[in-house]
Amino acid sequence: MIDKRIASCRDAVADIFDGATVMIGGFGEAGSPIELIHALIDHGARNLTVINNNTGSGHVGLAALIENGQVGKMICSFPRTANSTVFPDLYRAGKIELELVPQGTLAERIRAGGAGIPAFYTATSVGTPLADGKKHEMFDGQEFVQERCLTADFALIKSLNADRYGNLIYNKTARNFAPIMAMAAKCTIVQTQECVEAGDIDPEVVVTPGIFVNRIVTVENPAQESKLVNAGVTYP
Amino acid sequence: MSNLTMSSLFMSKISQHNHEDASDRIGWDREQMAQKAAQDIPDGAYVNLGIGIPEKVARYVPEGREVIYHTENGLLGMGPTPEDDEIDFELINAGKKPVSAIAGAAYFHHADSFAMIRGKHIDVCVLGAMQVSAKGDLANWSTGAVDAIPAVGGAMDLVAGVKTIFVITQHTTKQGEPKLIEHCSYPLTGRGVVSRIYTDLAVIKVTERGLEVVELAPGVDFDYVQQRTGCELLRP
Repeated sequence: MIDKRIASCRDAVADIFDGATVMIGGFGEAGSPIELIHALIDHGARNLTVINNNTGSGHVGLAALIENGQVGKMICSFPRTANSTVFPDLYRAGKIELELVPQGTLAERIRAGGAGIPAFYTATSVGTPLADGKKHEMFDGQEFVQERCLTADFALIKSLNADRYGNLIYNKTARNFAPIMAMAAKCTIVQTQECVEAGDIDPEVVVTPGIFVNRIVTVENPAQESKLVNAGVTYP
Repeated sequence: MSNLTMSSLFMSKISQHNHEDASDRIGWDREQMAQKAAQDIPDGAYVNLGIGIPEKVARYVPEGREVIYHTENGLLGMGPTPEDDEIDFELINAGKKPVSAIAGAAYFHHADSFAMIRGKHIDVCVLGAMQVSAKGDLANWSTGAVDAIPAVGGAMDLVAGVKTIFVITQHTTKQGEPKLIEHCSYPLTGRGVVSRIYTDLAVIKVTERGLEVVELAPGVDFDYVQQRTGCELLRP
């Protein structure tokens, strides 16, 4: 019998190893799997390469993971936020590496990774510093730059509903990177607000088919990042 | 929802803010710049609005035109800011602010969202600028300063993929330096991507021969604009 449900966030992240590449869903706080990230902080794996659009807010969630010294490299499109100096301080001190990627290229590199496509060409970033050193090629009279795919050892994402097979649906714009990260990681770990019976999610509306999911933890009332930030909460 | 209702909804949120820019200054204020750009958005267009002054454009799309707003974090059919009791922190825009979804809206993941952009499905994008060159090169993501934290977001994808790029910007920097110049000194966002520029002094079209003044703000003459521009302007 297939049953991907795991009892706790702690158990779900227990085998994340030092030096692992970890994709973390979310665009700002929408879709951020904050309980899984906090479990990863408790777990303590270090020298991680983290792929996320941003670098977190305040001193909770992704920002706390970075602040705790567990991240050696960030791959992201927008590492600045109004309310966090965690990443900028470490970056200026030379203590964390940054690979800056245009947002759509980031998404497409992840999608390609999940689809078994090692590289692709795009017009995005041609003529800019972010294309420096990359292979360029002309197609139909226009110049394109080659981008490599991204894969990961683990993905941490958040869903609204899941069933024991790992079929997922999401809440509004919290979907963002989760479906493609689920495809691109060897082991995809989901925190879901509600775990439902198989068949309760209409097959017509399944967004992420269960084949892309490995572990499901139910977190009924996930913390809201901005509320924690506004309250000045620090994790751990 | 008809565009008429949409416009009035966007309008209702801002009526109290309309007094900024009241002044002794010459030229259009920011609301009027947004209004000018809005006049050039055609009926039926799919539109992406950048953060800042471009966001204001939604309020001024003329009655009788229906426009669908795309926000690249994963929503087509973005509506205005919700009332406080209707805010959902998983329903946000690319600026990470709460928004609403119109009847007929759709959510999607990041790779699909940027396929809309990079696959040339979005008709118009309105962006801010640090510099625009005589050839329509845009610089709007980095000053290239050594200690700056580079952050690009979706800007390079938007300028590479959206069919028509409008720029709204003050004509000069706060220090009075021209922002429309022969060659951008800041790192580029894209080469030859800008179609039209809406400044506080003029509406300007990017042509093969250079920047052509299409309309001058009231009380502003051609020479006044030329003196504040770092490249040669063409007369209407």
